[in-house]
Amino acid sequence: MAYLVLSNGRIFEGRRIGAPLNRVGELVFTTGMEGYLETLTDPSYYGQIVTQSFPLIGNYGVIEEDFEGRSALLGYIVRELCDDPSNFRSQYTLNEYLTAHGIPGLCGVDTREIVRLTREEGVMNAMICDEVPEDLSALKAFTVSGAVSSVTCAASCVYPAQDVCRYHVALMDYGAKRNIIRSLQSRGCEVTVYPAATPAETVLASRPDGVMLSNGPGDPKENTFQIQQIRKMLGKLPVFGICLGHQLTALALGGDTVKLKYGHRGGNQPVRDLSTGRTWITSQNHGYAVIAETLNGTGTQSFVNANDGSCEGMSYPELQCFTVQFHPEAASGPRDTGFLFDHFCDMMRRTGKEGDVHA
Amino acid sequence: MPKDTSIRKVLVIGSGPIVIGQAAEFDYAGAQACRVLKEEGVNVVLVNSNPATIMTDRHLADEIYLEPLNPETLRRIIEAERPDGLLAGLGGQTALTLAMQLDKDGTLREFNVRLLGSPIEAIQRAEDREQFRDTMRRIGQPCVPSEIAETVPDALSAAGHIGYPVIVRPAYTLGGSGGGIAADAGELRQIARSGLDASPIHQILVEKCISGWKEIEFETMRDALGNTIAVCSMENVDPVGIHTGDSVVVAPALTLSDKEYQMLRSASLEIISSIGIVGGCNCQFALNPDSFEYAVIEVNPRVSRSSALASKATGYPIAKITTRIALGYSLDEIPNDITKKTCACFEPALDYVVVKFPKWPFDKFHGSSRRLGTQMKATGEVMAIGQRFEEALMKAVRGAEIGLDTLNAAPLTEDDIRVRLAQQDDHRLFTVFEALKKGLSVEEIFEITRIDRWFLYRLRGLAELELRLVREGFTPELYPLLKRCGYPDSAIRRLSGAGELPGWKYSYKMVDTCGAEFAAETPYFYSCCDAYCESRTLSRSGKPVIVVLGSGPIRIGQGIEFDYSSVHCVWTLRSLGYDVVIINNNPETVSTDYDTADRLYFEPLTPEDVMAVLDVEKPVGVVVAFGGQTAIKLTQFLDHQGIRILGTSAESIDIAEDRERFDALLEQFGIRRPRGMAVRTMEEAVAAAEELGYPVLLRPSYVIGGQNMTISRSRAHTVDYMERILAGGIENPVLVDQYLPGIELEVDVISDGTDVLIPGIMEHIERAGVHSGDSIAVYPPFNLTASSLARVCDISVKLALALGTRGLVNIQYLIYDEELYVIEVNPRASRTVPYISKVTGIPMVDLASRAMLGEPLKNMGYGTGAYPAPPYCAIKVPVFSFEKLNDADSILGPEMKSTGEVLGIGLTKAEALFKGLSAAGFSLPTVRDKSRTGVLLSVEDEDFPDAIMIARRCYDLGIHLYATKDTARAISSVGIRVSPVADPSISDDITHLMEKGAVNYIIYTGAVKDDTVGDYTVLHRRAMVLGIPCLTSLDTANALMDILGSRFSARNTRLVDINHLDRLLAP
Repeated sequence: MAYLVLSNGRIFEGRRIGAPLNRVGELVFTTGMEGYLETLTDPSYYGQIVTQSFPLIGNYGVIEEDFEGRSALLGYIVRELCDDPSNFRSQYTLNEYLTAHGIPGLCGVDTREIVRLTREEGVMNAMICDEVPEDLSALKAFTVSGAVSSVTCAASCVYPAQDVCRYHVALMDYGAKRNIIRSLQSRGCEVTVYPAATPAETVLASRPDGVMLSNGPGDPKENTFQIQQIRKMLGKLPVFGICLGHQLTALALGGDTVKLKYGHRGGNQPVRDLSTGRTWITSQNHGYAVIAETLNGTGTQSFVNANDGSCEGMSYPELQCFTVQFHPEAASGPRDTGFLFDHFCDMMRRTGKEGDVHA
Repeated sequence: MPKDTSIRKVLVIGSGPIVIGQAAEFDYAGAQACRVLKEEGVNVVLVNSNPATIMTDRHLADEIYLEPLNPETLRRIIEAERPDGLLAGLGGQTALTLAMQLDKDGTLREFNVRLLGSPIEAIQRAEDREQFRDTMRRIGQPCVPSEIAETVPDALSAAGHIGYPVIVRPAYTLGGSGGGIAADAGELRQIARSGLDASPIHQILVEKCISGWKEIEFETMRDALGNTIAVCSMENVDPVGIHTGDSVVVAPALTLSDKEYQMLRSASLEIISSIGIVGGCNCQFALNPDSFEYAVIEVNPRVSRSSALASKATGYPIAKITTRIALGYSLDEIPNDITKKTCACFEPALDYVVVKFPKWPFDKFHGSSRRLGTQMKATGEVMAIGQRFEEALMKAVRGAEIGLDTLNAAPLTEDDIRVRLAQQDDHRLFTVFEALKKGLSVEEIFEITRIDRWFLYRLRGLAELELRLVREGFTPELYPLLKRCGYPDSAIRRLSGAGELPGWKYSYKMVDTCGAEFAAETPYFYSCCDAYCESRTLSRSGKPVIVVLGSGPIRIGQGIEFDYSSVHCVWTLRSLGYDVVIINNNPETVSTDYDTADRLYFEPLTPEDVMAVLDVEKPVGVVVAFGGQTAIKLTQFLDHQGIRILGTSAESIDIAEDRERFDALLEQFGIRRPRGMAVRTMEEAVAAAEELGYPVLLRPSYVIGGQNMTISRSRAHTVDYMERILAGGIENPVLVDQYLPGIELEVDVISDGTDVLIPGIMEHIERAGVHSGDSIAVYPPFNLTASSLARVCDISVKLALALGTRGLVNIQYLIYDEELYVIEVNPRASRTVPYISKVTGIPMVDLASRAMLGEPLKNMGYGTGAYPAPPYCAIKVPVFSFEKLNDADSILGPEMKSTGEVLGIGLTKAEALFKGLSAAGFSLPTVRDKSRTGVLLSVEDEDFPDAIMIARRCYDLGIHLYATKDTARAISSVGIRVSPVADPSISDDITHLMEKGAVNYIIYTGAVKDDTVGDYTVLHRRAMVLGIPCLTSLDTANALMDILGSRFSARNTRLVDINHLDRLLAP
């Protein structure tokens, strides 16, 4: 028996899975019914203990080509972990992965109750442990910090375009999911990935056709350096931001962000496209949101969450920039908004024609 | 887009009688549609020939036509009602096909009626094979290689290009009627022919067989703006090759990685967008388990059985939302009923697993092939919700009422386990379990069955756990493991030999569409083994609680009628100020809609599951009277647990069922019943039959729908019957009764303990011997004397009062040689309650529910005693599904075989019968065509006198007569011209006559006692395919003659709106 102790004092019993470690982290949940591999390897979960609300996890084992990055989460809570997976691509069991990557977890937990508590009381810290500590102060004191610098790449590297190379894209890696890169590659983009600490000047000097601001973990306001660099790049070339990239752009333009009670994590969030009236089902993973009103006069809200009305996208036409809170690259989750990458390419094509033509 | 306010009056087409492939799910969908339309202030005109439905209830529509579903009748209704719109997407294939016909014949254009929901072009793109394939090709969605054929040689040449094995799929049919898999040219010739016949446009698709691939379905929605969502994914445990209606299905899909899932999800959304669907749509895929290769199998541009399942599995009301979309709303404008905070444009997140298990009718058809294939055979299904696959599966199996509470079933044959594994029969899951217990490897089982290993691993886990329990005996450590895998205590005790168990306290979690992400108030629960219970913590109104037990899966003998009664009981109790809880496990029904009762528990109706709910709900009483035998059989148990049963007491059920107590009761009133005795052994049975004199009626006590009931005419038959019954082990005695071929009457009465109201009496067309559910029933009776009627009423009152029941009592009578006999008394709601309620206007369930709670009938406004009969006639005609069970013995007898019913209402018996028969699918030629009508007679010797009478009537009508040798001789001996034909065992003459259209009806008797039943079954199969009705009762045949001689046609009957029956009587 092992325990998940919540900072509100609630204790859940479960059985150990993964690495035999005790951990404190921010407890969040995701409602995605499939795609646990993408979840586990999404760097945006840095600092967090992730609860899967769907009860059967690990059914198709581990498929390395589906990884979205290096696991950055601190712990993993499931109801039932499958030890005998079945899928033609399956390589090994999920438990083996968790153990090998030092991720502790629990199974046999009433995950629905965790979701319910989180919904009622908001995101809180939790601890995976073998014995319930008397003193919960360490648990309560935990905060997620240094997130982006922990998950960004060490050095820049280049991903070639699939087929013909039509655009050069600079991708600022705040914890980027691989599928952002793949989504660009498949549209004829050569992608240069830069560490988060790269100055804007370096990026601009390479004369890319556009800049992609990636997703990433943590409180957006922590990233003062990155916000400054974005400010320097905006208006100089097409910029497309996703998730943290969306939040940082807003902050760079004088807007504000807010921490949501329990965030949006899953593959079923409806987002209304305010320019067309269409609603799209999107993949999401975020705990902070942009307050659209703080950008009045600077940009216009382009997407809004159809459930809670929170800001899901901004458009800054004069700056050739648009950003979204959700994940058009999907993985996991619906691929319905993949067209945004096409919009980005169109934007690069137009500016390419108008301005300097790339060799 | 807001609601289209130009739509003020809408015609809704229902799906007609319950048949295999089209069951209660369309009552659920139709009832939701009607409710939405009314909420939106739209005037609703409803057409449905099925009287057992909730959608045809007075308050669900403004005008309700219980009329035959054919283009002529619909055209007349449209002409009379002038609706602005037509809603056809919620009435199954029947309604969709009618809408296409009405479009094609110009009716919709002529009367300016808009088809709401998916436009006609979209329906055609989905339904027409060629258009569908073109559309898929255009958007790059792979279809299974196939070719269209309109002749058998075409089919053979197509298979030559594609390669065997091939699947034959007839165009425009439901439930895959007439299709099949052909391994070679020989098989294809046969299957292609039946497929071509089954298709109304004589077209089949010959398709590459991809048996063994995974079968995945997506339930999707699209609005007119183009917003698309996938409500639910479903995975068939059985791979491609077994119809999804006959497969064990899980939701959501459990073996797909995100890449596979999203690939198919995106494909389904692209498909519905390219087709132009507006509303709900079902997309089926085959997925190669070893690659990303997939193929689109089928798209159903309407609400379906799968969508009902998806609605119950997710809490997302697909039919309701489809209706709102049809009215012009877009998905994001429609609120999510469950959370109230979010909108309908989202995809439900499940945090549990759903398992659907089919209910097959093989118990009714001994000797019929149990093999499953592309043609659906199940009559109904159960759904179960659990947190693990094992738990949900075990719940589903024990809720399916197949006599199992684990996966251990007696083998169907003595064949080797590997042979049995390869047989795709209804026991397949149990055979796999048996194989795993015997130690066969998952790999070997996978190779034979192609059931994904993931499911096999789960079953292996169950097998290992069970073997451990048997080996080690019960331990407290094993208990939670067993409970989490769904083992009921009774099974644990039996397997381990343990005496007392600690007992388990179940918790309940909510089905809320969103995996608890948003707060929901939906009181829709399933049991689980967690500590935290969301039902116990839910705030209650404080009103007294009553629990109503539902009727479980739809099966022959216990159909949608019981859901009708359960739902009405719930509504009445709610209106009386109670907090009403329903327990049921049938996903197709209105009773399991989350807003029917105050709280819904989607649970099996077994002792442990029901008691666990009662432990939470602490009701003041439980209602068993409306849930058919499913609920009735829990009465004794609940009574022993000290639970108060409302209305029907365990005592009165016992009096009605216990032979001796019942006889004593009848004797007390001087009422006769056919002599009979209860026996338990072969010797007793044979002796009893001989003492009573053949023929005798044999049946087990405590059954509904005449299960295992037969008329025995010989000692050999009795021995054969007893062997079969004794082989299954008997708990209750077998009843042996004298068989009297008299007139049958059926009466449903309401008693309050002091007074009795008799809403109506029905007289059967067929003599006793044909099960009441398979008989044509006429209301009011047509050839009873006033004194007989008075005596029936008198005895009914006495019996109802003597049983002490408060509520409904169903009594069946027999008149033979002018003597009145009682056949049986059931202190519960019967199949005929909705029918009589609708034609008399007496809300029978409502009155019965109030009587149950102590309100006197006198105060209810309908009087007491016999309710006056109206000056019109209503006739219930049974409908069979032999097209789907084409090797089943279709001869009517004491065992019920019909799956549904229709109603015909007219000013005269002839008009009502005409409507009833045509609604049931009989083609009834008009006077002008009669010269081209032919009837084939083949009857047993003792029926010659009746057959001659029928022959004479045919002759008088100018109908050509054909008859088999002996019958022909008998007929010609009285001077009637008849063409003799050879017996089917000797030549194909009859088949040829049928195929060239010379024979329109077949009248056949005799198979009950002789060995020609096989010949008949072959004949019947061919006749079914060609749409030629076969009558196995001469009484039905006589009724048919009445109609053939009548002046009625679909163009001149009076259209009857049952909401305004008074108009019928106006000149």
